[in-house]
Amino acid sequence: MTIDPRTLTEAGERMAQDTPQAAALGIRLVSVEAAVAAMAVAYRDDLVGDPATGVLAGGVITTLLDHVCGLAVATAAGPVHSTATLDLRIDYMRAAEPGRDIIARAHCYKLTHTIAFVRAAAFEDAEDDPVATAQGAFVLNPAAPKAPDP
Amino acid sequence: MSAQPPQKLAELLAAIPYARFLGMTGELAGDEITAILPFSPHLIGNTVLPALHGGVLGAFMELTALAQLSMSEPLRRQPRTIDVTIEYLRPGRALTTYALADVRKIGRRIANVHVEAWQENRASPVAALRGHFLLSPGQDGALAEPGRH
Repeated sequence: MTIDPRTLTEAGERMAQDTPQAAALGIRLVSVEAAVAAMAVAYRDDLVGDPATGVLAGGVITTLLDHVCGLAVATAAGPVHSTATLDLRIDYMRAAEPGRDIIARAHCYKLTHTIAFVRAAAFEDAEDDPVATAQGAFVLNPAAPKAPDP
Repeated sequence: MSAQPPQKLAELLAAIPYARFLGMTGELAGDEITAILPFSPHLIGNTVLPALHGGVLGAFMELTALAQLSMSEPLRRQPRTIDVTIEYLRPGRALTTYALADVRKIGRRIANVHVEAWQENRASPVAALRGHFLLSPGQDGALAEPGRH
């Protein structure tokens, strides 16, 4: 299945801009291709989790990881599905560096008829030096049938 | 800390910018926190249903665990999250969400906490979280300081 790269980019930008919570966090699309997506969040004082250190809240990274995993799954599964997170496991390797953007990159590496499996990492500079890594399973819902005319 | 517990909880949450961003509050019954997340449009992750963002539910439960640990243990610093597993059971509707943390084990350095979040019906949770948290992180290397470079 080949999807037009422009279609993927448009879908990714919609997912970053049209989701209220993603817009509230300032999540932006970095890159997207089939089954692989990257998004970023800029450092902001109002997103700090520990005022003693100025480190971004883990929850910001959780939401970024969940969001980018959802996009990777959507681009892997194609437009016929909506998706929902079943579970997400996140390992926090180290504190994020205060003042720096966080990038998260996700890869949907296995797709069955009903489930998508995805891995992701969040980092400032390099994927092999992650702030956090994630592993998730998403359920694929068939596209909703077109609503009958009233 | 000389503050009375309810005031201590309010101060704890008020001091966390991200808790204010979410709009999270809490109530105390003895030493047990019921965390409260009033619905707000900026928390939505799915505009079709509409439903709360899964990341918001995870973040809310993680903060509930951190707040409960900070309330019940005399910690010098905020605990550090080591890992969390978030299970999504039902869509989080455009309603107030509540969460309770169950500290399953608290050791010298590590705590294991389970959290459950619900909306209208406590028996029908919308999400659950299990996590490990590092206490007194100042004594432990990797997670102690922001960045290592």
